[in-house]
Amino acid sequence: MIAAFFDSIPAMILLTGILVGASGALLGSFLVLRGNAMLTDAISHSIVFGIIIVWLLTRQLSGPVQLIGAAATGVLTVVLTEALARSRLVKMDAAIGLVFPALFAMGVILISLYARDVHIHVDTVLLGEIGFVWLNTVTIWGQPVPVAVATLTAVLVINLGFVLGLWKELKLASFDPGLAAALGFAPAVLHYALLTLTSMTAVAAFDAVGAILFIAFVIVPPATAYLLTRRLWLMLVLSVALSIAACVAGYVLARVWDVSIAGMMASMTGLWFATALLFAPDRGLVAQALQRRAQALDHDCRALVAHLFTHQGTPEMAEENTQRALVDHLGWSRPRARAAILRAHDRAFIERQGGLLSLRDKGVAEAELIFGTKGTNRG
Amino acid sequence: MLADLMASQIVRTVLVGAAMLGAISGMLGAFAVLRRQSLLGDALAHAALPGVCLGFLVAGARDLGSILAGAFLTGALAALAMMLITRTTRLKTDAALGIVLSVFFAVGVVLLTHVQATGGAASAGLASFLFGQAAAILASDLWIMGGIGLVVLGLVLALWKEFKLVSFDADFARAQGFPVTMLEAMLTIMVALAIVVGLQLVGVVLMVALLIAPAAAARQWTNRLGMMVALSALIGAGSGAAGALISATTRGLATGPVVVLVATAAVLVSLALAPGRGLVWQALSARRARARISDGRILAAMQELAEAHDDPRYPAEQGMLGAALGKAPAPGQFDALERRGLIRAVTHAPEPTPHWQLTEAGQRAARSEEDDKT
Repeated sequence: MIAAFFDSIPAMILLTGILVGASGALLGSFLVLRGNAMLTDAISHSIVFGIIIVWLLTRQLSGPVQLIGAAATGVLTVVLTEALARSRLVKMDAAIGLVFPALFAMGVILISLYARDVHIHVDTVLLGEIGFVWLNTVTIWGQPVPVAVATLTAVLVINLGFVLGLWKELKLASFDPGLAAALGFAPAVLHYALLTLTSMTAVAAFDAVGAILFIAFVIVPPATAYLLTRRLWLMLVLSVALSIAACVAGYVLARVWDVSIAGMMASMTGLWFATALLFAPDRGLVAQALQRRAQALDHDCRALVAHLFTHQGTPEMAEENTQRALVDHLGWSRPRARAAILRAHDRAFIERQGGLLSLRDKGVAEAELIFGTKGTNRG
Repeated sequence: MLADLMASQIVRTVLVGAAMLGAISGMLGAFAVLRRQSLLGDALAHAALPGVCLGFLVAGARDLGSILAGAFLTGALAALAMMLITRTTRLKTDAALGIVLSVFFAVGVVLLTHVQATGGAASAGLASFLFGQAAAILASDLWIMGGIGLVVLGLVLALWKEFKLVSFDADFARAQGFPVTMLEAMLTIMVALAIVVGLQLVGVVLMVALLIAPAAAARQWTNRLGMMVALSALIGAGSGAAGALISATTRGLATGPVVVLVATAAVLVSLALAPGRGLVWQALSARRARARISDGRILAAMQELAEAHDDPRYPAEQGMLGAALGKAPAPGQFDALERRGLIRAVTHAPEPTPHWQLTEAGQRAARSEEDDKT
């Protein structure tokens, strides 16, 4: 049963994707909240340099040495970038854009000079080969397991331990670094710990999804979850769930259309994001548009009540307190006037007698609230 | 050696192309860096990948015109998506950049594999847009690049005042009634154009370096926008040309990464050496400042000792002064102070060690040092 699971190629590909997604989303939630999302971009590009250096030294493409060695490059990138920004000679965004392309370019040159067609192909660096992770296995308790699965499981356990163990500290440092520092939680240490784990995760995920698609797994599901909830724990749970759903849907579609599996998985995270952007309750674009419309209608309704109140009981009443006056005098369009009248009618503010509109008690009370007067009818 | 290289038509074409690309991206990068939008170029460059594939799918062949048009289109779409996300959600700019960059690139990868599975031999070259393939540039492509360069240059010159204002104080520009959103959109669109120019040569992944590095280097040497833009274009062109030449010397050395490294080297040199700003200059002036303060502190310490002993000519022992200051000053420093007439060497029998005494001028200097502090 277990053997059948680990021998099944689709199961292994899916499991790899899910492990990348879950371990990335755990850290990504905090990176997105802290405004460090683009450091992921920098890290995931520059570990290419670390991976090729470690490969040149040890001829190992995976394993603990690679995990630590290449992750060190990721941390180095962050340290260099922040040192450059602190020198105030260049701004933070430019510092990011200076450091990682340089390291990445060096990595690419080293690959093309020394490692061409050996084990690392330049395209693989970018795109990963999740379809082939099952080729490279390690035997654990007598069962061959893909190396990527074993490494990623270890990384996921470490990330989960980090997030759960330092939950309170991470939460505080993400939302109020000043207070965290004042309370002695050393936000700088947490910052580097978070980015070190991000580097390690990037290295572990590298074989499967490559340098750039990894960014999608780290940033996009947490950003999607962020649109859906304000609770941190729910955001983490949601982002992991969204990653898993993206992996499953992406794998199926990739098989159907015969396209890149990792690319399709990452694209699905984008689809979830676009959906949330449009349809998130309360904050989605559709909800925002509906709210704006409801507010506009409410405003029209109040303007109508105020208008009727001003002219009620005056000689102009017969002319002013009609739908026609709203169109001719206030310059409203006919549907806008009709909608406002219907709304006011629904809320029992006004009643209609022939063409004439007049305020009911509730409407008078509303108008007095608007004008801040009581009992006086300003004719 | 150089003459040999230049004799090759391909090398000449690549050289001219790389120099033109460097000039265009350097010029536009200056504005992007000043507006703190350096990484937008990265997102737009990655977002060009799906456009490259769409252009290929629509044209049905490796037709450069439709590929570049597609790249420009998806780049512009990515810029719009960026704007939508940052303006309508709580997500920060960096998250929006990361989302646009990675999702567009992922879609690009999907399309790329689709094209490769169905497009046959003609699609083989598409992957070269990832890192660029300088050798694939034709002499006729140079005319397209030159045309885009001239358009960009013309726009920058025509709207110089507007772009300058938007780069330094967008709020003020808005208050003055300039169409700021429109101008910002134009700058972004021009960056997308520069990226399109760079696709063949440098590829989508490293393009951002050609936008940022020349501008960051130029920024160190000048505080004037005109000078910075010109210098940035020059550094870009130089990096492009030098990178193209270096990569031509070794087989398998891709042009894009080499150009990026040359531009990065220009940044490092500028960061270190730029007068008034550079790290070397900073270190020197910090050292000078430290030395000046030490001089003042020596005098102040001697004055304090003199006051404590109620003797303006109190002979202070050199080692004791070091202890009082927390760190022994360089021996030459006492001699220098003596040459300036601020202290004089005295002996204090029976001790054989050197002693120093404030002169009148030294006392005045020490007092003014005290005044400076309060």
